[in-house]
Amino acid sequence: MNAITGEAGNFHVSLTQSPRYVDMDKCIACGACAEKCPAKTADAFNERISKRKAIYVPYPQAVPLKYSIDPGRCIWLKKGKCGVCEKICPTQAIRFDDTAKEISRDVGAVIMTAGLQAFDPSGLDNYQHGKLPNVVTSLAFERLLSAGGPTGGHVTCPSDGRAPKRIAWLQCVGSRDLNRCGNQYCSSVCCMYAIKEAVIAKEHLGPEFEPTIFFMDMRTHGKEFEKYYTRAKAQGVRFIRSRVHTITETAADGTLSLRYVTEEGALVDEQFDLAVLSVGMEPAESAVETARKLGVALNPHRFVATDDLAPVSTSRPGIYVAGVLQGCKDIPQSVVEASAAACSAAVHLTPARGSRVAAPSFPAEREVSGDDPRVGVFVCNCGVNIGGIADVPALVAFARGLPHVVFAEDNLFSCSQDTQEKLVGVIREQKLNRIVVAACTPRTHEPLFQETLRNAGLNPYLFEMANIRNQCTWVHSENKDKATDKARDLIRMAVARASLLEPIPDLEVAIEKSALVVGGGVAGMTAALSLADQGFPTVIVEKAAVLGGAARDVRSTRQGQDVPLFLEKLVARVEQHPDLTVLCNAEVTAASGFVGNFETTVVSGEGARTIKHGATIIATGAQATETDEYLYGKHPRVTRWHDLEQHPERLNGAASVVFVQCVGSRDDKRPYCSRICCTSAVKQAIWIRSRFPQTAVYILYRDIRTFGEAELLYKQAREMGVIFIRYSLERKPVVSADGERLKVVVFDPVLQRSLAIPADYLNLMTAVEPPRQTRLAEHYKLPLTAEGFFMEAHAKLRPVDFATDGIFVCGLAHYPKPLEESIAQALAAAGRATTVLARDAVKVSPLVSQVDAEKCIGCGLCAEICPFGAIEMMPVEGKGLRARNIPASCKGCGLCAASCPQRAIDMLHFRDQQIIAAIAAVG
Amino acid sequence: MTAFEPKIVAFLCNWCAYAGADLAGVSRFQYPASIRTVRVMCSGRVDPLFVVQALQRGADGVLVAG
Repeated sequence: MNAITGEAGNFHVSLTQSPRYVDMDKCIACGACAEKCPAKTADAFNERISKRKAIYVPYPQAVPLKYSIDPGRCIWLKKGKCGVCEKICPTQAIRFDDTAKEISRDVGAVIMTAGLQAFDPSGLDNYQHGKLPNVVTSLAFERLLSAGGPTGGHVTCPSDGRAPKRIAWLQCVGSRDLNRCGNQYCSSVCCMYAIKEAVIAKEHLGPEFEPTIFFMDMRTHGKEFEKYYTRAKAQGVRFIRSRVHTITETAADGTLSLRYVTEEGALVDEQFDLAVLSVGMEPAESAVETARKLGVALNPHRFVATDDLAPVSTSRPGIYVAGVLQGCKDIPQSVVEASAAACSAAVHLTPARGSRVAAPSFPAEREVSGDDPRVGVFVCNCGVNIGGIADVPALVAFARGLPHVVFAEDNLFSCSQDTQEKLVGVIREQKLNRIVVAACTPRTHEPLFQETLRNAGLNPYLFEMANIRNQCTWVHSENKDKATDKARDLIRMAVARASLLEPIPDLEVAIEKSALVVGGGVAGMTAALSLADQGFPTVIVEKAAVLGGAARDVRSTRQGQDVPLFLEKLVARVEQHPDLTVLCNAEVTAASGFVGNFETTVVSGEGARTIKHGATIIATGAQATETDEYLYGKHPRVTRWHDLEQHPERLNGAASVVFVQCVGSRDDKRPYCSRICCTSAVKQAIWIRSRFPQTAVYILYRDIRTFGEAELLYKQAREMGVIFIRYSLERKPVVSADGERLKVVVFDPVLQRSLAIPADYLNLMTAVEPPRQTRLAEHYKLPLTAEGFFMEAHAKLRPVDFATDGIFVCGLAHYPKPLEESIAQALAAAGRATTVLARDAVKVSPLVSQVDAEKCIGCGLCAEICPFGAIEMMPVEGKGLRARNIPASCKGCGLCAASCPQRAIDMLHFRDQQIIAAIAAVG
Repeated sequence: MTAFEPKIVAFLCNWCAYAGADLAGVSRFQYPASIRTVRVMCSGRVDPLFVVQALQRGADGVLVAG
C-alpha cells in the first residue's frame, strides 16, 4: 500500500502489486518448472533448513496454488539467461515481461491484518543461535515436526542428523525481557506451543525421549489449555522453573550443555541434544511501515494502539486492526478479531451493501430423470501430469466400452476456458445427461465443472469426477502401468456411480432479518448494538432486572478506561436505539427452527411471547464463584474480587492486604484457568499501593498469568513494592483468625521457608464460572464443555460459531476473558450473524438426508445422533413419532443414514445404491 | 514371484482424509497403487454394509478414514 486519502466510508487507496512472472489463469501448479529450475535458495517457509527453487509455491497448501518467480534468484531475470521454465511449462504460463501493477481502489473501510515476525534470537550471545547447529528456534522446530517439512517429520539434530534423546525448550526468548531485547511484554502463546511441540515430539520419538521445558510462569490460560498442560506432565514432559543462563557445546557431535539454577539455588549443568528457543512475537516490520502510511497510532511496543473498549478500532476512524499486529495473541483470538473488524467495517458499508453483486444466469435445466443414462467421459491429460504417467488414449478407449457411456475423449487441459466451451457443445450435441471428468480432484474443480453443466442446461449434480491426478498419477509416478490400472478402475467406479445420479434442485432458505441475543451484559449489548446499527432489529433477553452483567462490578479496564462510565453510555444507547428491544427479568423457555428461521419463546414479567429471528447470539456470561476456603464467609475481613475496590474506606489504616489467586481454579473440580484474576489482582494491588502507600500488598499465586501487555502491570506492581509469593496446590496458604485481623502462613519456595504474614484483609480471587445453563443449551441443542461453558464449532478456526448454523457465542459464556476480548468477540458474533442476516435467502447445500416416513419406526436414534439438530421427531396421526429432516440445518454427513436400523434414511447424491455401485465397480 | 499386494477399498471423508490424500499428491508422496478410494461426505456415512460389500467384491482390506 502506497497511500491513502479520504475518510471513513470513503477512502481512496493506492497499491502496488509486485510482478509474479507467472500467469495465474494459465498456471496449473503441475510443478514441472520447479523441477527443472536450476536456481536454488534457502526456503524461508522451512526456516531456511531446506532449499527451494527460484520458481516456487511458498508451501503446498498455498492459496491460490500457483507458482511465482523470485526475481532475486531467477537467472533469467538477473542475467537474461536460462528460461528453462518457459520452455517446459505445458500451459505457456511464464511471463518474464511481467511488471509491477499500480492499482487504486475506492473503499469504505480498511482492515489491517499484516501480522507478526518472530523474535530473532541471534543477538543473544548466551544462547549461541546461528553458531551452534543444535540451537534452533521454535519455528524451525515446528518445521522439523511437520510431515511436509524438510525432514519429512523425522525429528533430527541439525549437527549430524541423529534423533535427539533429550530436548530442552527455553521459554521467554524475546519476551518478558527488558535486559536483553527490550520486549517487556509476554507473547501469550509460547508456553502453549512449547508444550504442544514437546508432546508431539514425544509421540514421534517414543518413550525413551525426554523433553524438558524451562519456564518462568506457565501461562496456559486459554480454553482447555490447563488440561493439556496437566496431561503433558502425565505424559512425561519435565517442567523446570528456571531461566537458562548459557548454552555451550560440549562435544563434537553437537551435544549442548545448559547451565541453570534450580529453585533451591543449586547450579546445574545439564546435557541436551537439542535446544529449542521459544521465540516471542513482534509486529512485522513491513506492517509497522504500512501502519505509519495509514496514519494510525502505534503503542510503545509498536503494536497498533487500540482502546480496551474498542479493541479493533485504530486511532483513525474507518481503519480497523486484527491479529498480532494489535498485540500478542493466539489463533482463536486472531480469528475473533478478524470477524470483529469485518463487523466494524460492515457498519460503514451498510448503505452500499449488495450494490456490486451480480447474479449469474444459466439456461433452463433439461429434464433428464425419465431418460436412460447417456454418460460422457472426459479424460484430462493435465499437460503431462496425467498424460505423462497414465496411458490416456487407453483410458479413453476403455471408457468407451463401459455401460451407458456414449461419448469419451481426452483433453489437454479440461479446466481451460476453451475446453469448457467445447464441453458445453459436446453435452448438447451428444445429448449427454451424465458427465464424468477424470482429472485432478473434485475438491478444487467440481464447482467449475458443475457450472459448465449448468451452462449446458444440465443439473449440476449429474456430474462425477474420477480423481486420477492427485490420488493417482502424482502418487504412483514411479509405476506407469499400475497408475493406468488404477485410473481405469477409478473411471469405472465414477461411471457406475454417475449412471445412478439424479438431478437435485437448489435449496434456498428465506431469512428473517432480525436477531435475538440471550444475555444483556457488555458482550450481549455490544453484539445487539452492532446488529441494530446495521439495520437488523434485535431483541435482548436478560435474566436480571437490569442490563450490565458481570461488568457492573468492574472499575476499570487493563489500560485504565472507566468501565462504569462506558457501561452507562452503552446501556443508554441500547435503551434508546429504535431497532433494539430489551426484555429484562426474562428467560428463554422454548426454541425451535434453524438458520434464518428461529422461533424462541421468552417469558418475562409481561408474560410469554414468541419471537421470530434469523440469527441467535448466546451471551449469558459467567460470574465469580463463592468459596468455603480460607475462612470466606466466616471472617468479616475475608473478601472476594472487587469487594475492597468498591469499599476503599475499609483500607484506611490497613497495614497489609493479602491476595490469594486460583481460589477454586486450576484444581480437580475446576481444571481450568480463570484467566482474568492475575491481571485484576495486579491492577488492584497497584491501585492500593498508589492510594494507600502505607499498606503492604502480598499476592500469593501459582503462576502469574499477566499475558500480553498485562505483563507491564506485573512489572509495575513489583516496582511499587507489591510482594509476590508463589504457592503450590499441594501446599496452599493456611489462614487463621488473629483477633480482628488474620494470619496467613505460606511456604516461600525462594527462601525455602514458611512465612507468617499478618493481614488486615484477605482478598480471594475465586474461579469464574458459568451459570448452570443446561436448559438453554437444550432449547437450542448446543453443546457445553465439561465445565459448563458453551462449546464453539472449532476451537481455533470458528471461535464464535456453533456447529448449528445461525447461532453464535460471545463473552464469558464461552470462557473467562477480559473486557476487551469480550467486546471483540461480541463484535465477531454480530459479524458472523450479519453473514446470515445480510441476505434475503441463503443457499444451502442440497445434499441432505431424506427420510422415508413409511419405513421409519420413530425410534429417534437419528435425531439423537445428529450433531446439527437437523432431524426432529414429529407426531404423525395414528403412528406416533416419525423422523423429519430439516434441510437447512443438515450438513449431509450421513450419520443418520448409516445408523438407521430400518434403512429409512438415504442421502441425496450419496445414496446407498450410488455408493454400492462404486464399490461394486472396484474390479 | 511377486509379493502379495492387498487390494484396499478406502472410504475417505471429503473434508479431511480425502483432502489429505489430495495433499499427498501435491507433495508427490509415493504409495502403493492398490488402493481404490470412495469419497463420502463424512466417515459417519459409511454403513457397515458398505464394508461388507467391499470385502465380498474382492477387497482384501477396507480403510475408513475421517
